[in-house]
Amino acid sequence: MMLGICPLWVYAQSRLDSIQHLDEITVVAKSFREVIPSQKLSGKELQKLNSHSVADALRYFSGVQLKDYGGVGGIKTVNIRSMGTNHMGVFYDGIELSNAQNGQVDLGMYSLDNIEEISLYNGQKSEIFQSAKDFGAAGTLYLRSRRPKFEDGKNTNLRATMKAGSFDVINPSALFEYKISENVAASFSAEWLNASGKYKFRYRRVNPAGEIAYDTTAVRENGDINATRLEAGLYGTIERGTWNAKVYNYNSERGIPGAIVNNVWRRGERVWDTNSFFQGSFVKEVNDQFKTQVNAKYAFYRTHYVNNDDKLIEVDNLYKQREVYVSTANMYTIFPFWDVSMSYDFQWNEMKADMYGFVFPTRFTNLLSIATALRLGKVKLQGSGLATFVNDRVKEGPAPKARQILTPAVFLSYKLFDKHDFSLRAFYKKTFRMPTFNDLYYADMGNSKLDPEYVTQYNLGTVYQKQWGNKLFRHFKIQADGYYNYVKDKIIAYPKGQQFRWTMLNLGKVKIRGVDISTETMINPWKDLFITMKVQYTYQKAQDYTDPSDNYYKDQIPYIPWHSGSAIAQASYKGWDLNYSFIYVGERYNQQENIKYNYTQPWYTSDISLSKEFKMKFGSLKASLEVNNLLSQDYDVILNYPMPKRNYRASLTVEL
Amino acid sequence: MKLLFYISIFILSFSSCRKIEIVVPSEYELIGDGIQPDADPVGMYLVNEGNMGSNKCTLDYLDFVNGYYIRNLYSERNPDVVKELGDVGNDIQIYGSKLYVVVNCSHKVEVLDAKTGVRISQVDIPNCRYIRFYRGKAYVTSYVGPVQIDPDAPQGAVYRVDTASLKVEAKVTVGYQPDELTVLGEYLYVANSGGYRAPDYDNTVSVIELERFKQVQKIPVGINLHRIRADKYGKLWVTSRGDYNTIHSNLYVLEKRPGYTEMVVTDTLNIPCSNLWIDDDCLYYYSTEWNNNTQSNTIGYGVIDIRTKKVIRDSFISDGTEKDIKIPYGIAVHPVTKDIYVTDAKNYVSSGTLYCYDQDGFQKWGVRTGDIPAHMVFVNKEE
Repeated sequence: MMLGICPLWVYAQSRLDSIQHLDEITVVAKSFREVIPSQKLSGKELQKLNSHSVADALRYFSGVQLKDYGGVGGIKTVNIRSMGTNHMGVFYDGIELSNAQNGQVDLGMYSLDNIEEISLYNGQKSEIFQSAKDFGAAGTLYLRSRRPKFEDGKNTNLRATMKAGSFDVINPSALFEYKISENVAASFSAEWLNASGKYKFRYRRVNPAGEIAYDTTAVRENGDINATRLEAGLYGTIERGTWNAKVYNYNSERGIPGAIVNNVWRRGERVWDTNSFFQGSFVKEVNDQFKTQVNAKYAFYRTHYVNNDDKLIEVDNLYKQREVYVSTANMYTIFPFWDVSMSYDFQWNEMKADMYGFVFPTRFTNLLSIATALRLGKVKLQGSGLATFVNDRVKEGPAPKARQILTPAVFLSYKLFDKHDFSLRAFYKKTFRMPTFNDLYYADMGNSKLDPEYVTQYNLGTVYQKQWGNKLFRHFKIQADGYYNYVKDKIIAYPKGQQFRWTMLNLGKVKIRGVDISTETMINPWKDLFITMKVQYTYQKAQDYTDPSDNYYKDQIPYIPWHSGSAIAQASYKGWDLNYSFIYVGERYNQQENIKYNYTQPWYTSDISLSKEFKMKFGSLKASLEVNNLLSQDYDVILNYPMPKRNYRASLTVEL
Repeated sequence: MKLLFYISIFILSFSSCRKIEIVVPSEYELIGDGIQPDADPVGMYLVNEGNMGSNKCTLDYLDFVNGYYIRNLYSERNPDVVKELGDVGNDIQIYGSKLYVVVNCSHKVEVLDAKTGVRISQVDIPNCRYIRFYRGKAYVTSYVGPVQIDPDAPQGAVYRVDTASLKVEAKVTVGYQPDELTVLGEYLYVANSGGYRAPDYDNTVSVIELERFKQVQKIPVGINLHRIRADKYGKLWVTSRGDYNTIHSNLYVLEKRPGYTEMVVTDTLNIPCSNLWIDDDCLYYYSTEWNNNTQSNTIGYGVIDIRTKKVIRDSFISDGTEKDIKIPYGIAVHPVTKDIYVTDAKNYVSSGTLYCYDQDGFQKWGVRTGDIPAHMVFVNKEE
């Protein structure tokens, strides 16, 4: 029975004095206050990776698992430390991108074109001057778009890029920045992506005698995308403060390629997304002790889902969501070594759909956080508490009861030596996720009696880094963390009655034990030749502890590999850049039970790119060529969603 | 630098490489019944539905002669079939020497040799559901009927397939989303669900005259019909799923009134019924209904005497082991030993279990199956 079809489907508020000049934003200045350093990809390093979307770039972070349904338009979501996608907070220029419908942000929709930095924090950004929402997720991802900066004497910047390649990708984009006055600058960015999404994939099996049982190559169909992104922003500085305002609009039409199963090689699902928001931010240091920040956002999402497959149930649904968000964060410095902060956020979400029996939910969320940061010599300490009040209203049927939830977090770091940059760090954090509108109200499946899903995290780690002057080794850094996460009341689909009918229940328990190790180094073997290398490795044991009577009790949860890692090597020489990256995802199981019928092979891909920047009279010109999946491995990230074989991309960027 | 090197080595040594992908092999497991050289039926096929999109419809075989259970027989016998048996099995039947597996989301009926499980052919039928036979023809219900101008209301159809040529010969439009069908006399009776039209479910049984292959009547029964079985007394037993909310699942009996040729509902038993199996004069059934207040499934088992239409046993499991069964999903009764086979689909996305009960209701054994074990058919000894 197929009745239960549900379509799948920042920044640096550092010391204000360092961002008073719009010209130069230094992220380094911040690290002094950070208790738990983050993982970051920024600037050139980010550009050099063969990544199309934010999701692709995240594969290089440790502890992250990406779910990729394949292709240019395929859905891509990330999961940090096996806690589930819904526990990850994604922030765009400081304000959370949320989706009350399913709680997941499709990171495939966020292009890297205008992104300057991606940073990932386990637990939370260890900064207490932030909105209450920043304290509310188990892991947080910050996407920072480019801010205008002007060289001396210039008051405009223009950048145009053209990318094209496999899957019939055509992807032009443009950026224009204009200095209105000494204190105000404007930025406009636009992008168009069009692709047929067609690619060849191959399924091959041999029989136990070693003879080929079958070997089929086919073309992935219905993976086309046509998308536009428009962004406009104003950035200003005032006396001891900054402000910005921006408008974002994303529009797309996509085919959903669907699972490849016996006798079905093409499906008819399509989805149209409109994702618009307006957001603004204002930060001011009132005096040496007190600073304040105000954020506001209005967002509108529209999703139109159609299933045109004449063999299946006709579906044509329209979902609309609106969101209003305001936040104020305030920090007071009691002593130079002791800060306290208090933040309050209000959020309103509404969802409408033209489905039968839809309950038209609205959600009011109030969040209040208090936090403190102490720096006592070698010890840095942060503690925060977040109170969340959630109230849902529905037009018909039972509304869930109001929730009041308190979640604490403690972060600690200790620098072992005076002369060496070697420190230990630890954190404890408790978070929860509210059941999404789909969990609570989706047609026959939703269950309005659901409780929130809780996660408790314990982390212990160490970091060592060293810089050298004019030597072969310029920089070296290694970090290692061990962690234990406990997910309880996990919201899982539970069979109800007969024939593929499900409901959602708070049944799951998962224990996750893991180790993340990452290291990076930069060497300068000869004159202008610089080589940067990064290696990261993750081990995770994520076991299902739901019920001893289940035949998958204590088995590894689906799609979490025990071993995964990546390596990046980048060489640059006089405007030439060569990048090699390798990603490994080890064996895993595609269902709860760890039996051979559910086994999924490891996959590993190598990507390379070469680029050259030319200085011209009018500005600069950069050309690059990429080859992805160099060894043309045939692999599935998700069962029955084949990934592309070797593919290519070329790009040309002009900057004036 | 050295450290980096060591870390790379560490990663490489820990991480295993891809292996050549071998067709998933069968597994053999002994069950407690022992060897019975003269067993007849000789065995029982079981089709596991597999969750939608997983392509994990698999075929298992319970061998009464040798006393073992074979998991995942299909890909061992047919290794060269691309993407194996397919997505969501929905029915399994034997006619003559051929075994027919209806694979719903692969839109096909797979035809195998009943003795060996080796593939003969496939018949493409979109969104096919159940199959029955009459005089050399197979009749298959399909949720897809004629492509009509009004896309909101495509009615379903019954396809007629010649069992010798294995080609679709004709189809006839019936009600909305037809599920089970059965032959009684010169007529084919089809239970229409209307499941795609919730809350405006269908409530009729379509009557098709087999000779002309024409729908001649629609009998109103109850909303969201599912199963329909004929008994040896000329009665039809029809189940409804209800609306999963205020209208409960039900069991109806249809009979001809004296002097008339048309079937009418004579009894509404007010027994929720998800699945049934008629053996001799006994109708074995179970029901699974979700209870919103307790947030759990209410499960019941029972036996009805088809002559009196009365419940004669309020459970056919007497040793308390019914609590092992999370979601009963299939039922079959051995025609000779009267052993009762019940499958447990558990959470739909992990291996299920096939349980065997003796006629006194004591559990004899349980064996691991594929995902969502559901439909069973006995294989008779060859003459």
